[in-house]
Amino acid sequence: MAERILMTGNEAMAEGAIRAGCRHYYGYPITPQNEVPEYMSRRMSEVGGTFIQSESELAAINMVLGAAAAGMRAMTSSSSPGISLKLEAISYMAGQQLPGVIANIQRGGPGLGEICASQADYFQAVKGGGHGDYQLIVLAPSGVQEMADMGTLAFDLADRYRNPVMILSDAQIGQMMEPIVWHEYTEPSDLPEKDWALTGAKGRPKRIIRSFFLKHGFLEKHNIMLQEKYARIREREVRYEETAVADAEVVIVAYGSAARIAKDVVSRRMKGSKVGLLRPITLWPFPGKRIRELAEAGKDFIVAEMSAGQMVEDVRLAVEGRSRVGFYGRIGGGFVTVDEMTEKAREMLAARGARK
Amino acid sequence: MKQAAREYRRPKTLESVPTHYCPGCGHGIAHRLVAEVIDELGIAERTVGMAPVGCAVLAYDYFKIDMCEAPHGRTPAVATGIKRARPECIVFSYQGDGDLAAIGTAEIIHAANRGENISVFFVNNAVYGMTGGQMAPTTPNGAKTTTSPYGRNPKTEGHPIKVAELLANFESVVYSARTSLSSPKNVRETKRAIRKSFQAQIDNRGFSIVEVLSPCPTYWHMTPEAAMKEIDEVMSKVFPLGVYKDWEK
Amino acid sequence: MPRIVIDAKYCKGCLLCVTVCPKGAIVMSSGISRRGTNRAEAVEGIACSGCLNCTDICPDAAIEILPDGPGK
Repeated sequence: MAERILMTGNEAMAEGAIRAGCRHYYGYPITPQNEVPEYMSRRMSEVGGTFIQSESELAAINMVLGAAAAGMRAMTSSSSPGISLKLEAISYMAGQQLPGVIANIQRGGPGLGEICASQADYFQAVKGGGHGDYQLIVLAPSGVQEMADMGTLAFDLADRYRNPVMILSDAQIGQMMEPIVWHEYTEPSDLPEKDWALTGAKGRPKRIIRSFFLKHGFLEKHNIMLQEKYARIREREVRYEETAVADAEVVIVAYGSAARIAKDVVSRRMKGSKVGLLRPITLWPFPGKRIRELAEAGKDFIVAEMSAGQMVEDVRLAVEGRSRVGFYGRIGGGFVTVDEMTEKAREMLAARGARK
Repeated sequence: MKQAAREYRRPKTLESVPTHYCPGCGHGIAHRLVAEVIDELGIAERTVGMAPVGCAVLAYDYFKIDMCEAPHGRTPAVATGIKRARPECIVFSYQGDGDLAAIGTAEIIHAANRGENISVFFVNNAVYGMTGGQMAPTTPNGAKTTTSPYGRNPKTEGHPIKVAELLANFESVVYSARTSLSSPKNVRETKRAIRKSFQAQIDNRGFSIVEVLSPCPTYWHMTPEAAMKEIDEVMSKVFPLGVYKDWEK
Repeated sequence: MPRIVIDAKYCKGCLLCVTVCPKGAIVMSSGISRRGTNRAEAVEGIACSGCLNCTDICPDAAIEILPDGPGK
């Protein structure tokens, strides 16, 4: 029988990682994710893992790179400004095809910003952030249960595809407490063997972990291989949740904290009013195909984000002019509200000429 | 100390490929010494090396061991990740002036301060070779480089950084030495220091670093022979050879 | 007497070995190698003392010193 316990999002994610067999955590304090290194400093000791409070976020991600190169499940966490510091090594890890988990508990920016929730790192997470043509698998939890589940899922996806994975959360979800249930974890049987890991070349040819291919044409080949991998991920790993979408005339597209508000709008305030919610769970790969289907079925969209408008671009790309895409956002750490979102939905419905 | 049998063979741990290093480059000697010591200690099968960014960026093509590329300067952090993951492996970081003493200053100091049980080989040739001869944190005062065309001015560029002395101050550092490659005698001394560093790691003693004064004939604009003299007559005065920390003393 | 064997595949003609040999047993070649540099070559008839100065200083591990005796 599964036990229900109360945990903060940050701690649930950390525990999820431990349950996935992560035994190497490196991090640096930054609000609002300090619970993660603090929790890990206790738990890693209990399970005989490695915890280092590194000298910077930069050092932490490079330690993850090393532990991942040695074949281990390794993780780091930070918040927006700290993630900016990590981008170089994230690009390296993508080029080197190393699995690893990076959690971004987003806060307001740009710069030092402030410490409340924001969703303004979407571009950074999904459109690269670091240099070069690469993709992270980006998971967007919307509550503490998903923080726990994704703390585990992230490692399975990272290992399945030899790719870094980002958990894109925010200050609200990281800090809130909700009751969750722990599911028994079994490692998927189809994960490939880590026959590339650095373990000391005993009885086998040496292995090199690298992203540098100077010989003419080699880097292009390498990039083509990466793109083929990303195509496979797009095929197989899209995740999203729909609420009241079937009959909807207007679909709100929102993730994370914004989706929590949207769910309230859709299932309470505007219940029966033909407003639905499509909540991307993977931001990359993005549920663009599904959004296109809904657009082809004549539905309009409102993208609700705590940013000046980032995911809305991906929705517009997916819709490609087939229907209207509106935007509702709060920026600089401002939080979306049920009232404002409801008002936006009403406007959109009115614009369609539909009766409320 | 001469080898008893008066013979020498190419180290097994060195790949049988010509390197891309310039004629007379110190990296070639340093690579050879690391390979010789790995052979003599019989640790090739459990050694993992880090390749830095700099002229030695392709170091992984030259050693017959598992190797990991590290972002510029982060080598000690990557080495930390690997060593903590696989403590039974012998892990070494191999870095140049920029990697260790410029962009990577935080990482080397903190790996040293944490006493990570790794061996660090710092090849100090006082200039940035790979990128065309710019000033390095270890470029001596008055020296002309492409970014100090009038000679390094300590008032605006600071003085050259003395890494071996700096790291010797950390309690967790068990061995910090500076040697040079300017003569067969100094090369042998460097080999002894490299061996001592690997042995310290094998014995689980903690962090050790060997700073090796190395020639860069190309960007010092000298012949290899003149570059070796430059190390003896100029560089060794700025960076005195010696053992700055030794757990045995 | 120990034999000096210099592998042209590795030798870049830096000639550091020439400067450290106490016997003058290594000199700069007169020809240019495929790499476009001079090479080091052992001098016929000068006895190598096996001091290993050259192998200590060679950046390319291009020199091997083989012991006396029949064959390699």
